Amino acid sequence: MFEATQLNRRNETTQKLFRLALGGMTGILILPVILILGTLIWKGAPVISFEFLFTGPTKGMTAGGIFPALLGTILLVLVALLASVPLGVAAAIYLSEYAPNNWFTRAINLAIINLAGVPSIVHALFGVGAFVIFFKFGTSILAASLTLAIMTLPVVIVATRESLQAVPEAFREACWNMGATRWQTIRRVVLPNAVTGILTGVILEVSRTAGETAPIMFTGAAFFLPLLPQSVFDQTMALSLHLFVVSTQVPNMPEQLPYGVALVLISLVLLMNSLSIALRMYLRGKKKW
Amino acid sequence: MTAMAPIPGRSTERSLAIRTSKLNLWYGTFQALFDVDLDIRQGIITSMIGPSGCGKSTFLRSVNRINERLGYVRTTGTIDVMGQNIMDPEVELVQVRKQIGMVFQRPNPLPISIRDNVLFGHRIHNAGKRDARSEEDGIVENALQTVLLWDKVKDKLDKKATALSLEEQQKLCIARLLPVKPGVLLMDEPCSALDPKGTEAVEELIWELRGEYTILIVTHNMAQARRASEECIFMLMGKVVEHDDTGQMFVTPKHKETADYIEGRYG
Repeated sequence: MFEATQLNRRNETTQKLFRLALGGMTGILILPVILILGTLIWKGAPVISFEFLFTGPTKGMTAGGIFPALLGTILLVLVALLASVPLGVAAAIYLSEYAPNNWFTRAINLAIINLAGVPSIVHALFGVGAFVIFFKFGTSILAASLTLAIMTLPVVIVATRESLQAVPEAFREACWNMGATRWQTIRRVVLPNAVTGILTGVILEVSRTAGETAPIMFTGAAFFLPLLPQSVFDQTMALSLHLFVVSTQVPNMPEQLPYGVALVLISLVLLMNSLSIALRMYLRGKKKW
Repeated sequence: MTAMAPIPGRSTERSLAIRTSKLNLWYGTFQALFDVDLDIRQGIITSMIGPSGCGKSTFLRSVNRINERLGYVRTTGTIDVMGQNIMDPEVELVQVRKQIGMVFQRPNPLPISIRDNVLFGHRIHNAGKRDARSEEDGIVENALQTVLLWDKVKDKLDKKATALSLEEQQKLCIARLLPVKPGVLLMDEPCSALDPKGTEAVEELIWELRGEYTILIVTHNMAQARRASEECIFMLMGKVVEHDDTGQMFVTPKHKETADYIEGRYG
């Protein structure tokens, strides 16, 4: 009565086959990630040392460390965050909480999503035209960071808007019905509950900003500088550009050095992400609805 | 002119809390209310019954002008609350919402502590300043005592309000309206998300509140309208069919539609 029929067995075989196929695809997907990280650690780790991290390059960049590039990347990311987070969060709050739902708002939203799809080299040329030439910042940290900020604004806006909209409408209604103004509602109820989602947007932005090369190449990052930048109007070295340079532009480069640079760049991104994720988990632990 | 007339305490004469005349309301091109003339007496519980879509919730939501948030709503006629037309241009919406509290079908406490929930309205109407701790404590205790919740939550005032049971959440939602001293409480099916025990508890509470507050309650539950209100309004297709003493209406309805609805022949 309960024995398997022919059909049962055939169905079971099919389902095993698909489990294998789907699992295999996932494996193929993971493989490159493991290979990349493995190679980087395998070849790059021996190069990493205190000197490598905290001294400047020597002998035409074939020896010495990467401190100016490391510092440069951190600076570029920080200044870009300072510009894009307030701007992006403010715009997202307006679009989500104040803007009427009409064709104009929808057009703006569409434009923001499209802005995210613009290739980074186009942003780079915009940066040259706007910040380097028009605002006369020259090729500088400021110009490069603002270019990065413009490029990552859509990510911040979209992530912020989505986390604002994830706050249940019932909370807003409750506030309005007690006579709270829109701003009181945003300040006291909506923002505190959306902050984890906003942080996610910032996490995404950080990882993207730190690795970008094209937008900073023309606007503020230099191949090699003997001195550290003194202000935001100076040029700087940056890890991503430095990686490009030591991989392709310098003869007689020791084979492992570029791997070391790449490993530092990836670790930096991971470190910044983990900090944000930790903060996010902490804040999420405090909320509940 | 921002503040409305102060509400006298328990009133013995039959003064009116809400009076509408020729109230018409359209959602876009759909007319939801037709020439609604209603006199709702102060300090009693008035229930509104009628089949879904008859306009009772729409009416309720017009009385604190929350309908307006939908951009396509158009209203004509007047709504006087405690003697003042709240549709006047010089009326401040924030004052309307403060004087006319609303309780929703689904309890909607804010995801903050019980204490902060009770104080939320008080604080936003107090220039965002916080009173002395002792004064706030008094407000919290008072409001929670009034809604019969104090003994249950007095030891966990700093716990999240969202962790309470639905019944307690609904009581809390009523409690947080009280510190700003509203005159009218609007309730949109306040018990429909609750189990029978919770329903009974919240009904008891609403009964306790009458006298001090004018309560207008929309309900689908005929038995609730019958046992928990003093006057009853029956609406159908956007019009008021009958408005009478609750006991009277349930025993000898004047209109055939009312009788049909009360006896469950439709709706």
